[in-house]
Amino acid sequence: MSVQGGYFEAMMNIGVVVFPGSNCDHDCQHVLKDVLGQDVTMVWHKESSLAGLDAVILPGGFSYGDYLRTGAIARFSPVMQAVKQFALDGGLVLGICNGFQILLEAGLLPGAMLRNRSLHFICRETYVKVENAATPFTNRCKPGQVLKIPVAHADGNYYTDPVTLAGLQANAQVVFRYCTPDGKVIPEACPNGSLDNIAGIRNAEGNVLGLMPHPERCAEAILSNEDGRAIFESMMTSWEGKTLTGVR
Amino acid sequence: MKAKIHVTLKQGILDPQGKAIEHALDSLGFKNAANVRVGKYMELDLDEKDRVKAETQVKSMCEKLLANTIIEEYRYELSA
Repeated sequence: MSVQGGYFEAMMNIGVVVFPGSNCDHDCQHVLKDVLGQDVTMVWHKESSLAGLDAVILPGGFSYGDYLRTGAIARFSPVMQAVKQFALDGGLVLGICNGFQILLEAGLLPGAMLRNRSLHFICRETYVKVENAATPFTNRCKPGQVLKIPVAHADGNYYTDPVTLAGLQANAQVVFRYCTPDGKVIPEACPNGSLDNIAGIRNAEGNVLGLMPHPERCAEAILSNEDGRAIFESMMTSWEGKTLTGVR
Repeated sequence: MKAKIHVTLKQGILDPQGKAIEHALDSLGFKNAANVRVGKYMELDLDEKDRVKAETQVKSMCEKLLANTIIEEYRYELSA
């Protein structure tokens, strides 16, 4: 299969979960399929099996209208039981924006989201620093690299208790922090009031990542920004490595 | 049994909506209003006559779904 970037053959089958109210599902599908040449399976939230999939993405949007709290209801969708098991078995799970919020509500990642400090829905470019480049989602980035990726959310103000935060920091679970274009992590660079400028975290095991910025919105040259691509390509690199060594 | 449930952000957690309302009250001249907290109010009918059982259920609902106890606290009243 011909691939724009020329790095990969189709080798992964990546599931994109569709909740009622997901609206970035097709953007993810487009990037993975048309830009990166992978197989994509759209998974309706009522499915109870993820058999045959090599990775799962929970896309952005407003699942269940954000009723009650963002992600609070999606978390009880039948597919989430399967996502939990998939994560327990070591499968790669990426949550973007609303997907991140769902992972928090489901307890697959620690913490919770508060309303943005400004109370505004923020839709703009942000810069994030790759704080941990040794994850299945960032292995194609350099440590400390700055990525320009847009955010679009009203509830991205990450909060957790001080003990959990200290644990995240100590275990290099903070993967992305909001920063200035030249990589300074300062409060002014944080769009939403997130604790410690947190834009993305991973679980202790390293196979589940949630981030607020939208890498699928900046993953091809025609959009004049390809920074988001590194995240999807990292997943492919990681999977390729596991396949080659027989570990799945 | 009817349950009336209030969910608010925990004390000590910044409530941006509460702050915005506080500023608006201040500019309306209510200078003595402080510590505004915004929350959610929910009510529901429960087909359960036993108060203790009803309370156990409502508590479980709050813990599992109605409140996110990382950031929120809840209280409820039960009435016949």
